[in-house]
Amino acid sequence: MKSLLITRTQKVAGLLIGLLVFLAGIVCSVVFGVADISWHTIVQSYMHFDGSQDQLIIRTTRMPRALIAALAGASLAVAGTLMQGITRNQLASPSLFGINAGAAFFIVAGTAFFDAGSLSAYATLAFAGAAFTALLVYLLGSIGSDGLTPLKVTLAGAAMTAFFSSISLGILLTGGQTFDQVLYWFVGSVAGRDMGIFNSAAPYMGVGLIGAWVLARHMNLLGLGEDVATGLGQKTMIIKLAAGISIVLLAGGSVSIAGPIAFVGIIIPHVTRYLVGIDYRWVIPYCAILGGILLLGADIGSRFIAFPKEVPVGVMTAIIGVPFFVYIARKGVRA
Amino acid sequence: MNDWLIFRGRKHSFQINRRTLIVVLLLIAANLAAMIICTGLGSLNISPIEVIRTLFGTGDASNHMIIFSLRLPRVVIAIMVGAALAVSGALLQGIVRNPLTSPDVIGISGGASLGTIVFILYFSELSIRFMPLWSIGGAFAAAILVYLFAYRGGITPLRLVLIGIGMATALTAVTYMLILTASFTPTAVAVKAFTFMTGSIYGVSWKRDVLTLLPWFSILLPVSIIYARHLNVQELGDEVATSVGSSLQAKRTILLFVSVALAGSAVAIGGAINFIGLMAPHIARKLVGPAYGGVIPVSALIGSLILLLSDLVARIAFLPLDIPAGVFTAAIGAPFFIYLLYRHRRS
Repeated sequence: MKSLLITRTQKVAGLLIGLLVFLAGIVCSVVFGVADISWHTIVQSYMHFDGSQDQLIIRTTRMPRALIAALAGASLAVAGTLMQGITRNQLASPSLFGINAGAAFFIVAGTAFFDAGSLSAYATLAFAGAAFTALLVYLLGSIGSDGLTPLKVTLAGAAMTAFFSSISLGILLTGGQTFDQVLYWFVGSVAGRDMGIFNSAAPYMGVGLIGAWVLARHMNLLGLGEDVATGLGQKTMIIKLAAGISIVLLAGGSVSIAGPIAFVGIIIPHVTRYLVGIDYRWVIPYCAILGGILLLGADIGSRFIAFPKEVPVGVMTAIIGVPFFVYIARKGVRA
Repeated sequence: MNDWLIFRGRKHSFQINRRTLIVVLLLIAANLAAMIICTGLGSLNISPIEVIRTLFGTGDASNHMIIFSLRLPRVVIAIMVGAALAVSGALLQGIVRNPLTSPDVIGISGGASLGTIVFILYFSELSIRFMPLWSIGGAFAAAILVYLFAYRGGITPLRLVLIGIGMATALTAVTYMLILTASFTPTAVAVKAFTFMTGSIYGVSWKRDVLTLLPWFSILLPVSIIYARHLNVQELGDEVATSVGSSLQAKRTILLFVSVALAGSAVAIGGAINFIGLMAPHIARKLVGPAYGGVIPVSALIGSLILLLSDLVARIAFLPLDIPAGVFTAAIGAPFFIYLLYRHRRS
């Protein structure tokens, strides 16, 4: 496959430009909104905090929101690329394979039935849900002699998504008061969260991101096919398991801070492969940065599309994602 | 003993498979029994005998009110919606020749939901009679989009299903967006809209819901039974179907139209109830074999039975709460789907 950036210099340059756009995205996310805030105030609020309203908005609302969008976007994209690698299915992603819906269901059920309200409980529930669903969909998709076919695993994922979303909605609808608040989260939103939520999940997601990067070399081997990888002395089961743990940390963490956001995990890995090819040592960092940029951009856009009301960012990614999805599905999926 | 019962009239004759006839009769009996039980059970329990007496006009007045104005419309709606979704799924599976498709999996129900939500949020001053038109319009728009996107010198089941799933996700997101950003949504409207999206037949009435759905149902269902035999030919594959003289594309278009319209009108009243369109045809084929002449009516009866029972559980399992019936069709549908994946592992 031909990629856009070929030489090492080009790839490094691309990565640096991406990193700049990423940082600019965070700044823009803090600056733009219902109350426009100057760039100077941002610096002031961290250097000389004086408790004024603008500075408070930055520290308690805008900055957590920007960081959550950046981290969730990066994590979903990397989780998507790992999933596409180990299932050898170009449509694999946390949302399509039901992992997001499963993690969300565990949070909704845990909150409703076991009164699990603390931030750490949210994260734990999300990880448990993500792990459970990932395993379930993987097993379901690989039932039978023809193994893990794209059609079977995709249908299994869609069925699990329908199952978990229906039951989550059922619980929410009968739950009462907090409906409005939970609803935004349920569609995927990064608004109205504080630093505590970010801090509760960020360490795990950081481990997931680093783990993915460490795995990159092994993922390259796995990409040559299971037989070749085994022949070259790779313990494919261990690599898949390690990748699975990374996926669970990344997708589960994203759901716990931002809700089940669709399509980021599909779009970004494809864009990345187009840019830098199939070497995971480049793919993983590019995915992280581009995923962050996409979600930051979608979140900034979501503030203006129905101004002054905000659209949940999950809706924005869905709208952006469909043309991509159609393109990929039409191009043909390896059977 | 002959497998077929043959009826001869002066001009026409037709034959019915003995086994199909028995299954249909048994299912009708099961539906009637479920109707009576569903009508009786609730926050106030009425015995089956009392229900039957009331239905024939000899019960007491308070039961009469509960049964006729509250419970019975709901039961009738469950029957029509369940049957419509099941038949829509059966037709779709025949047309696409993929046993794992259904209107909810490939985005048709999602389109219908979107159309209905637009109606509820922005055009609710119009008569409710227009609601099925909006739902069916949404269903068609979604079906056409999925078809166009999946068309690339022909349609393959894999591409259709994948694109359908993508569209379903996107349509759901857009529907959420409309609900959340509508300029006037108080929580009550949002709750109503979301209940609708999960699929619920709560609070239906004769005048509003039953009379709205009935015309669609009573036209589309017979048409699908009459056209069912064309599906048998189509199942053989495009080449065979064309060579035995079936006008393939025209019939396929009609069948697709009927399937989408059935799903659309069902969603208009019952919301996006998942999995019935997937399950019912499979159970039907298990009972009466693959010939569509039998599969369509048997699917319809099984679909209504599933929704009757799901709605019963949804109503009484968590009294006094009324859970959307779609939650329970999902709860039984997902394991069923797994079973289907497992069973089709050899094909």
